[in-house]
Amino acid sequence: MAALTPISRKPLSLVIPCIAAAGGFLGLFVGTANGSGFLGILIGAALVAAMGWFFITVLKNENLSKWISIAVVAVLGFYFGGIPGLILGVIFGKLFHWFTYWLYEGRYRARLLPYLTPGQVLWHYGFRVICGAIFVFLITPILVVMPLSFNAQDFFTFTPEMLRFDPAGYSLKHYQDFFTNNEWQRSFKNSLIIAPIATVISVSLGTLAAIGLSQSHVPGRRAIMAIMISPMIVPLIISATGMFFFYSDIGNWLEGTLGLPKTFVGYIKVVLAHAVLGIPFVIITVTATLVGFDRSLTRAAANMGADPVTTFFRVQMPLILPGVISGGLFAFITSFDEVVVVLFVGSASQKTLPWQMFTGLREQISPTILAVATILVVISIALLTTVELLRRRSERLRGLSPG
Amino acid sequence: MTDASKPDGPMLAADGTPLKKSLARALRLQKMRALALIAPLLIFVLVSFIIPIGSMLFRSVENSMVSETIPLTVAELQNWDAQSGELPNETVYAAFVSDMVVAIEAKRHTRLGSRLNYEQTGMSSLFRKSGRQIRRLDPATDGPFKEQLIDIDKKWGEIGTWATIKTHSVDITNGYFLNAIDMQRTPDGAMSQPEDKRILIKLFQRTLIMSMIITVSCIVLGYPVAWILANLPMRQANVLMILVLLPFWTSLLVRTSAWKVMLQQQGVINEVLVWVGLVADDARLVMINNQFGTVVAMTHILLPFMILPMYSVMQTIQPTYLRAAKSMGATNWTAFWRVYFPLSVPGIGAGSILVFILSIGYYITPEIVGGTKGVFISNRIAYHISSSLNWGLAAALGTILLAVVLVLYWAYDKIVGIDNVKLG
Repeated sequence: MAALTPISRKPLSLVIPCIAAAGGFLGLFVGTANGSGFLGILIGAALVAAMGWFFITVLKNENLSKWISIAVVAVLGFYFGGIPGLILGVIFGKLFHWFTYWLYEGRYRARLLPYLTPGQVLWHYGFRVICGAIFVFLITPILVVMPLSFNAQDFFTFTPEMLRFDPAGYSLKHYQDFFTNNEWQRSFKNSLIIAPIATVISVSLGTLAAIGLSQSHVPGRRAIMAIMISPMIVPLIISATGMFFFYSDIGNWLEGTLGLPKTFVGYIKVVLAHAVLGIPFVIITVTATLVGFDRSLTRAAANMGADPVTTFFRVQMPLILPGVISGGLFAFITSFDEVVVVLFVGSASQKTLPWQMFTGLREQISPTILAVATILVVISIALLTTVELLRRRSERLRGLSPG
Repeated sequence: MTDASKPDGPMLAADGTPLKKSLARALRLQKMRALALIAPLLIFVLVSFIIPIGSMLFRSVENSMVSETIPLTVAELQNWDAQSGELPNETVYAAFVSDMVVAIEAKRHTRLGSRLNYEQTGMSSLFRKSGRQIRRLDPATDGPFKEQLIDIDKKWGEIGTWATIKTHSVDITNGYFLNAIDMQRTPDGAMSQPEDKRILIKLFQRTLIMSMIITVSCIVLGYPVAWILANLPMRQANVLMILVLLPFWTSLLVRTSAWKVMLQQQGVINEVLVWVGLVADDARLVMINNQFGTVVAMTHILLPFMILPMYSVMQTIQPTYLRAAKSMGATNWTAFWRVYFPLSVPGIGAGSILVFILSIGYYITPEIVGGTKGVFISNRIAYHISSSLNWGLAAALGTILLAVVLVLYWAYDKIVGIDNVKLG
């Protein structure tokens, strides 16, 4: 519904108070930082209002006024806050200019339905601002971690050097620590051993069971489903407690009766425990894929002489592969992220990366955690992209909407 | 019309068996094949998940240690009435010494001491100290023992000590469950704990209240986001969806450490507030190691679990309904409240139960950002498992928590259906 509405210039009596309010809002922060909040509001409001009035009634050149606005606010920002102030000043200068013309030219009406009342227009944009704030809440913690991991100091906060964009304030030393420190490397290696094996177990068993569950006549389907989903529902602390008792008995038996080495038994315990936790995710994603699976394809294959195993690998598997892979990724990330169960079931030689981070956060706080966190965020972005691509591929294959 | 091929008798399949029988056999085969595919996983989950949890639940009532360690004493104590106001007679003391000599041999008496110490403080040291002396006695020759034991420690001359042993000598006890709800098993039946020991009910209440606060804040924050995702054009909605899915996919530890970084006294939020001058440098806000920290961090962590179900429900609501309502004279608010909101309630219900189930059992985040005031019942369970080693009490607490979660899960299954859980 773009450009449905004829737009018209708005009177100055509407524009000036609005931009003055915006200027006053920024002035409040600059003012309180420099002593007087009240004075800040007045000066900020007056300055932005004067600029707006000048642009609209005297200059009448939108492009030129943009650069003037940016320059004025940037210089002020530099005066009050140095380099970071300069950058914020450029952004706010651009913003003020855009806001002035957006209001003055009535552009805010352009994309909306023509019959909306002013109150509805205000609510429309107010709602978007609220949503924007919630999105900021969602994403800020993850974004804040990344620059902090390049901190040259051992602090968990932005140092003055970092804010001045001084290269001396940044370094890769926390990454270096992660890649050279034995403890971090060992835990990373443990995670890379445990998670893939657990994933393979839960994917292979889970896919078979999901295919079984998708047959038309399964006695006690709901009960079986409930049992298989239960590892996801039962709180982790309870699963961990139960497994703690169970696996210590199993471990003693394996060590005592079969004489297996202690470390090996430890790995078996953690891998099995993680495999159980990953199963619900595989079951859910694979059954969801099988819902859209055309049963006549397997019958056609059987008709043409393929045995069930061939049918499975040549016909069924390629079609449900996206679901299997994304289930596997869920299972992988479950195991790769898991702390509580490994804390209870594992011993020190099975310390995984999350466990190491957990002790790091509880005891000796080191910014290496932030470097690890950044690496993990990058990994999760990669996984997210993979899952999304697979989902689209699967929907395309099954002829659903191209998402 | 007559069917000439089968004037009488059942319809036959190609191989000559009755069709009904043949179909039943095919169905049975199909069932068997499905079950054979399911069986490996089902057995795996049953053995390594359901049975461990079941045995943990059993631990919350199991109490065979007392009667296994001192069987003769327990048998003799049956004849003694704690209400009588008299000490047990010599036979009990003699039985106790012979039990203890065996137990000390097997080094089991200290374990019994720590078991009874959960019920009455001082029992652990009593058993440890007396153990050293009783070892020298010979149950066959050194009697009578009553005076000797009271000489070793005067607690053996107190009725309370024997009453405690007698009370906790049953094989199946409700003692752990009573402890879990701030009561105790006493010779006179269930009693409430002394005032200063009542912490668990408070902790349960706090867990429930904070989970509710978290659920409500997730609804408040999630509803507008789900609405805008469902109502924007597909392309923009997909971009914004990334902002929801990225936190969802990011490691829990990463998000928790991010919140630690943000909320600390020297953390990002405080630094920014000080920088813009809203907060004085010496009056930095305390936002971590309290309930506020737990609520903020867990709301952030669980928000995607609220947004995703709400979004999938809102996607199915036709925008024309709202327009129809407005064309018939409804105001914006009426149209939303009477038309859109009722249609979106299933999404809110699904998301709320999911968030509530997840938050009620959370352990990691409260442990790191919760301090002492913001911890949940799970942290208490972990404490009893790994530090105080009172496994029975931990199991009882876990059983209560599990019961609450299962009730909610059942409700979720009724409202949403477990088959309809969607991921990503």
